[in-house]
Amino acid sequence: MSAEENKGIDRRGFLAISAAALGGVALAPGIRLIEIAGARAPDQAVTNTVRWGLLIDTNKCASGCTDCVAACASENGLHATGHPRTDAQWIRKVELKDLRSGRAHSVPVMCQHCEHPPCVDVCPTGASFKRADGIVLVDRHTCIGCRYCILACPYKARSFVHEEHTDQNPDVPRGKGCVEGCTLCVHRVDRDQQPACVEACTKADHNAMTFGDLNDPKSEIAKRVAQFPTTRIRADLRLGTGVHYQGI
Amino acid sequence: MSPKGLLRTAAWLALVLPATLLAADRTPKPSIVIDKPGQCVDDVETMRRAHPDMLKHQRDQTMHKGIRTKRFSLNGCVECHASAKTGSVLGEQGFCQSCHAYAGVTLDCFECHASRPKLASGVRP
Amino acid sequence: MAQAVTYRELGGPAVRFWGLLALLGVLLALGALAYFTMEHNGHIVTGMDNQIVWGMPHVFAVFLIVAASGALNVASTASVFGKTAYKPIAPLSALLAVSLLVGGLAILVLDLGRSDRLIVAMTHFNFKSIFALNIFLYTGFMGIVAVYLWFMLERRMNRYARIAGMTAFLWRLALTTGTGSIFGFLLAREAYDSALLAPMFIVLSFAYGTSIFIAVLLAACRWDGRPVADELLRRLKNLLGVFVAGSLYFVTVFHLTKLYQARWEGVERFILVDGGVHTFLFWVGQIGLGGVLPLVLLFHPRLSASRRVILAACALIVLGGFAQMYVTIIGGEAYPQVLFPGMQESSSFFDGAVHPYAPSVPEVLLGLGGVALALAIVAVALRAIALLPERLDRVSGESGA
Repeated sequence: MSAEENKGIDRRGFLAISAAALGGVALAPGIRLIEIAGARAPDQAVTNTVRWGLLIDTNKCASGCTDCVAACASENGLHATGHPRTDAQWIRKVELKDLRSGRAHSVPVMCQHCEHPPCVDVCPTGASFKRADGIVLVDRHTCIGCRYCILACPYKARSFVHEEHTDQNPDVPRGKGCVEGCTLCVHRVDRDQQPACVEACTKADHNAMTFGDLNDPKSEIAKRVAQFPTTRIRADLRLGTGVHYQGI
Repeated sequence: MSPKGLLRTAAWLALVLPATLLAADRTPKPSIVIDKPGQCVDDVETMRRAHPDMLKHQRDQTMHKGIRTKRFSLNGCVECHASAKTGSVLGEQGFCQSCHAYAGVTLDCFECHASRPKLASGVRP
Repeated sequence: MAQAVTYRELGGPAVRFWGLLALLGVLLALGALAYFTMEHNGHIVTGMDNQIVWGMPHVFAVFLIVAASGALNVASTASVFGKTAYKPIAPLSALLAVSLLVGGLAILVLDLGRSDRLIVAMTHFNFKSIFALNIFLYTGFMGIVAVYLWFMLERRMNRYARIAGMTAFLWRLALTTGTGSIFGFLLAREAYDSALLAPMFIVLSFAYGTSIFIAVLLAACRWDGRPVADELLRRLKNLLGVFVAGSLYFVTVFHLTKLYQARWEGVERFILVDGGVHTFLFWVGQIGLGGVLPLVLLFHPRLSASRRVILAACALIVLGGFAQMYVTIIGGEAYPQVLFPGMQESSSFFDGAVHPYAPSVPEVLLGLGGVALALAIVAVALRAIALLPERLDRVSGESGA
């Protein structure tokens, strides 16, 4: 055998194999990302590949309808105690009236899950935090109940628990002395379900609420936000809310 | 020590020691009734010793990272350990509370967490 | 040094002292009772709700904390600005600063929804939060002022008193800036959201702290029959008058700025015109009784010579301070947040409506308990430690020792 035949891989072959390997290494994270953006396994940490958001078409919100409010209360164990001023409310319908034209409008308002949440900035213990996938939560293990975040929230999204509770939903721990707010039904989202309000609105065929991953161009919500004009409540504050609205 | 001092010390000990011995039965021993036999997250000795740290570490993983495996689930603990009679881990004979009352350690979890398991049908307890 | 100053513990009949402590003890006990009620039943027993989350306890607490930093002012004037006339009363100033701060912090901590989690607050910090930074500012202040007090009293350390005083003075400016910024940093409330709140709180602290200091000084000297020179009082009341004038300036500029812009019209109308109790407390409490009237009393050529008039002015300033805190804290929360500008809002969560508030008994008792704690610390310290000079009727000149 000649020396040339015994070389094995020649230079061109080596370059080709290296290019393929490099390409594979470059693509592999992308493949892994797509994997994560799909269903997340329970033992995997959340990442910022996903950005959960809500799109609410208020043109479809009837003035007297409180399906989303009722569903939230039922799902999260929020009971009326006869003291409306101290009862927690995670979502509410705000009835608007234009001062000049008199036109009436109805808007569901909940925690807006801001990208730059003022409540997270002001929390002294870091109990109010933003999860990597954009959901803003209160870690009740660390909350000392100072209520500073309630002062800081421009959307009046948070409530303080003024009384003892013993009948919590096991998926939604909540207790006296801590602050709480809409969790975007994080316990459902982590199980690949929709928030209770969205599910109720869809079930009742109003279809005013859409939930999904704003970062996924194939999701319903991303397509709609790209297609229709949407806005945010107090967009001038530039908090980068995850909740978008049509018709306000 | 002077004889008077010795006498005083002896009298004091004679009064105090029996009190401490008799006190042993005043606090009810914890009731460890496992209504649902089966495999716990880990063996008994590890669980007894390490469950505070497990709960404390795992809760951060769940809250901040969304990791919700069975090993990390307080609901999982409650579902198994809730008393068949009262349906709760609290109460005098409750699995969690009776031990904590005996050891004199504050049980803070159930200020917020449900002490009863979710019913199988998914209806809220 | 022209004349050595002799410090002596507060004397007087023991019965009278124990009587004072008993009175303060009653207030402390009631405050403790209020705390246990709130802690056990939850905040449902108070007048605070999801709309007014900070109520009377915070009015008391923030007032005490702001006054605490201002109470150090007399000591700063002596150590940092070289006004030796105030040197003999500098230790009392430092003591008052620490005790007012302790009283205020006690109220704040006991009002927490989870006050049992103080360890969590001491070990978990979000350093972007001005609240978390304040924890360091408050505890650091207590440490620094304690060291400063030691340097003032220990002869061998006297030469370091100036640098300690300077550190304490700068620290206290940072502290009051932090306290004002609690509100100043918030964009969510129309009545806050202003950089001016930090310096305003600094000037307010000068006024509140100095007025409490003068009152405590006169009371302590009266207790023991210690003479106080008219000249010393004259200088103190002039200082106080300047601070009151400064406070009025800042409040004026704050509101003039907000009045200039159309978007603040609603909240300014609420505070200044039709806010009911808030408008009353602002004009009659903060501006009238807390500002204009004390200015007249303190600078009137004949009236201001009377000790009673000076004391009355101090009391009015304190009352005005409480009124200012009520308007700032509770008035700022009572005005509804604007989610949809230009629209009339209403909801089951009380959007769009002015939020009513009525102080409740547990809240006020907790606040009074904090005040009693501060006064009790002062009383016990003055009785146990020689912090007050035997006589204050010989005021050394500025150029002298």
